[in-house]
Amino acid sequence: MTPRFDKLGVVIAAIVAYAAFFASFATFRANRIVPGEARSILEALPAAVGPLLLAIVVVAAMIALLKTPLVLRLVASVVALAALAILIGVAGTFLTPAGNTFARISPASGFWLLIFAFTLLLADVLTRLNLSPLARVGVLVVAALAIGLLLVSGQWDSLSILKEYANRADSFWAEGSKHITLALGSLAAAVIVGLPLGILCHRVERLRAGVLNVLNIVQTIPSIALFGLLIAPLGWVATHVPGAAALGIRGIGTAPAFVALFLYSLLPVVANTVVGLAGVPRAANDAARGMGMTDRQRLFGVEFPLAFPVILTGIRIVLVQNIGLATIAALIGGGGFGVFVFQGVGQTAMDLVLLGAVPTVALAFAAAIILDAVIEMTATKRRVETA
Amino acid sequence: MKAWLPSLLRLALVVLLVAFVTNPGWFEPLLKPLTENNAPAIYNQGSLLTLTLLHLRTVLIATVAATIVAVALAILVTRPAGAEFLPLSRSLVNIGQTFPPVAVLALAVPAVGFGEKPTLIALFLYGLLPIFENALTGLTTLPGNVMEAARGAGMTGWQRLIRVELPLSAPVILGGIRLSVVISLATATIGSTVAAKTLGEVIIAGLLSNNLAFVLQGGLIVAALAVLIYDGLSAIERYTARRMGQATGD
Repeated sequence: MTPRFDKLGVVIAAIVAYAAFFASFATFRANRIVPGEARSILEALPAAVGPLLLAIVVVAAMIALLKTPLVLRLVASVVALAALAILIGVAGTFLTPAGNTFARISPASGFWLLIFAFTLLLADVLTRLNLSPLARVGVLVVAALAIGLLLVSGQWDSLSILKEYANRADSFWAEGSKHITLALGSLAAAVIVGLPLGILCHRVERLRAGVLNVLNIVQTIPSIALFGLLIAPLGWVATHVPGAAALGIRGIGTAPAFVALFLYSLLPVVANTVVGLAGVPRAANDAARGMGMTDRQRLFGVEFPLAFPVILTGIRIVLVQNIGLATIAALIGGGGFGVFVFQGVGQTAMDLVLLGAVPTVALAFAAAIILDAVIEMTATKRRVETA
Repeated sequence: MKAWLPSLLRLALVVLLVAFVTNPGWFEPLLKPLTENNAPAIYNQGSLLTLTLLHLRTVLIATVAATIVAVALAILVTRPAGAEFLPLSRSLVNIGQTFPPVAVLALAVPAVGFGEKPTLIALFLYGLLPIFENALTGLTTLPGNVMEAARGAGMTGWQRLIRVELPLSAPVILGGIRLSVVISLATATIGSTVAAKTLGEVIIAGLLSNNLAFVLQGGLIVAALAVLIYDGLSAIERYTARRMGQATGD
């Protein structure tokens, strides 16, 4: 009997073969900004460990290549990812010359490709397992805990990105909280303004097209331009309205970033509120009217709960988009993780770029998974209740 | 609102935009009040026209490449041979959308260096997602009876794809391209932080030298381009949708 190949497995095995045997696993640099020297898996790890890692990735790739049970594929991807995560730290310690504080070790293309290949396998398994929303959040929490544990244990301390972090620990958390405040604050403001506006647009048909058109145009204005354009009016407000400057409203900084993110957030919130309310079944509304519910009771008791999943979808779009866009706030002095990205680009220090980019991607990714799960749960709950 | 008013506004915007990038000197008195300490009111480290054209070229190259790859991928995963990849490609698109464009741009620099290349890569990758998603939606939600009829008429898989599936999903795919172009126009401005020649250069020069006139002119040109291109592509989309509607209605 000839073994049957998994189509995706062929792709994964090809990536793994290239990454493990031909690409470099880690990069060694004598200091922060000089070009690096490549190190393969066998060169980057202690004598016994290198072959062990090679064996693990080859076996895991074989499991991916052949048609194997889902559980086995799950175990293979998790073991391979865990081994890679732990051993890149070992490589960092192994490659750093004793007592040298200038040398920088960072993961290289081979490492990233291996991570990509096995994440692909894991994503495929998780997609095919068709997990319930709660289980997906559970997987996210376990993954976050595992990464947190590795960070706290100091396993990765010898890696370049964490050396950048060690130099900037205070500002990292300060910029991080600014980033989250910007993203969540502008979302909250957009919900507070956008929900009533959406309800109004739903009730008053003449308003609908006009409001949505204006918000659509705002959405097409590029972020960097909108951030820049808001500098002028807010600067004017700061100098001409008494008390505004004392409130922290200034031409540059957090204020224009906040207003820009708020303006971008409005369209998805308003549009989804309108779509959600329009999708409420006529029968539900008629029944509510027949029961003698007032307009207000109908809105909060019937229309709103039924439209909730659609509105949540709008909020998900806004949150993921805002977490990404908040990086640009750094360009106008608004803070956030973008500060590290742009500093890193300016100094051609890629580890610094990663220090800003990785938490941003992680935040956006976590927000997307959690909100997707919440949306699915509220949507199924409605279906069960209305059925 | 009168029916001709939007068209008139659009025409006025086009005229204004062309006049501004070709003869920015005419508008100097308007922008002068925004500058301080006698700073120049019009961007003087390069021609606005050249930057506008380079900006559009970057977006065009990235969008064409993204369209070809995204549509090809969408076709692949909707054929029987590639059906196995469909659920995974959906999750990947979802994951990909959580990557902020700035991060993609910054991470492309170590691989290809500064300049236009990282910008093209970021625009390409970021432009892929909306087009792929829309192409997938278009190709998987074709009316069943039309597909049955095509099969019944004896069309091969290839003929069905070229003559039925792609034309019918064209409006939805165009919608994806429109989204992608608007995102790319914005992201291209950020490309100037890694030394790409785009209109972002004007905005960033303004941010660095605290010259509001620069920020305003760079921002307004990009915004006008985005609104006009968005409108233009929407019109093409409506036109193809109408044609497809008639074609299936006959």
